[in-house]
Amino acid sequence: MSNHYETVFILTPVLSDVQMKETVKKIKKLFKDKKAEIIFEDNWGLKKLAYPIKKLSTGFYYLIEFKADSDFVAELELTFKREERILRFLTVALEEHAVAYNEKKRQKLADNKEKETV
Amino acid sequence: MAQDSSEIRYLTPIAVDIKKKKYCRFKKNKIKYIDYKDANFLTKFVNEQGKILPRRLTGTSIKYQRKVAQAIKRARHIALLPYVTDLLK
Repeated sequence: MSNHYETVFILTPVLSDVQMKETVKKIKKLFKDKKAEIIFEDNWGLKKLAYPIKKLSTGFYYLIEFKADSDFVAELELTFKREERILRFLTVALEEHAVAYNEKKRQKLADNKEKETV
Repeated sequence: MAQDSSEIRYLTPIAVDIKKKKYCRFKKNKIKYIDYKDANFLTKFVNEQGKILPRRLTGTSIKYQRKVAQAIKRARHIALLPYVTDLLK
C-alpha cells in the first residue's frame, strides 16, 4: 500500500548553486531508484531560520510531495541523516484533507501563473 | 423641571459587559487542514514569546486546538517558528 507523504528539508547555505542542485538531484535519484512517485516539488529558496541551527542562520528549503511505501520513508530519512549538507528535515504523512488542501493550493498557483501570461 | 430631576444621569455611561461569544474559526470557515508551512497564519495562535495560546483565549474547539498545536510544533522543527523568543510579531 502506498501512502501520501510530504517532506521538507533544509540545506546548508554555504553551498554554491551547483552543489545545491547536485544534492537535490541525488535525493531525487533515490526516489527514482525506489520507484517512489514524486507528485510535486518546490524550491523555497534561501530563507532565514527562526533560530540558528549548527550556528547557521539561513538555509535552502526544499519540499517534495510523494507517494511511496512506508519502508521508503525510513530509507529516505536515513539518507537525510547521512547527508552532511542537510541541516534539518521533516517527513509528514498526509491525510485526505491535507491532500485536498495541497491540491487546491497548487491549482491556485497554476491559475495565477496563467493570469500572468494572459 | 420636575421630570428632569427624577431622571438619573451619569457622566460616563455605565460599563455593561457585553461579552462577545467566542467561536472556533476553523469550524466557522470550514477549514479542515492546518498547514504547518504557513508560519504567518500560525503566529495568530502563539503569544509574543512564541508560546501556544490556550483555547480559552482563542476560542478554538478542542478538535482543532490539537491540530493547531501539532502544526506549530512541526513549524518549530523546521525553523519556521521559534521555540523561544521575545517580541515576536
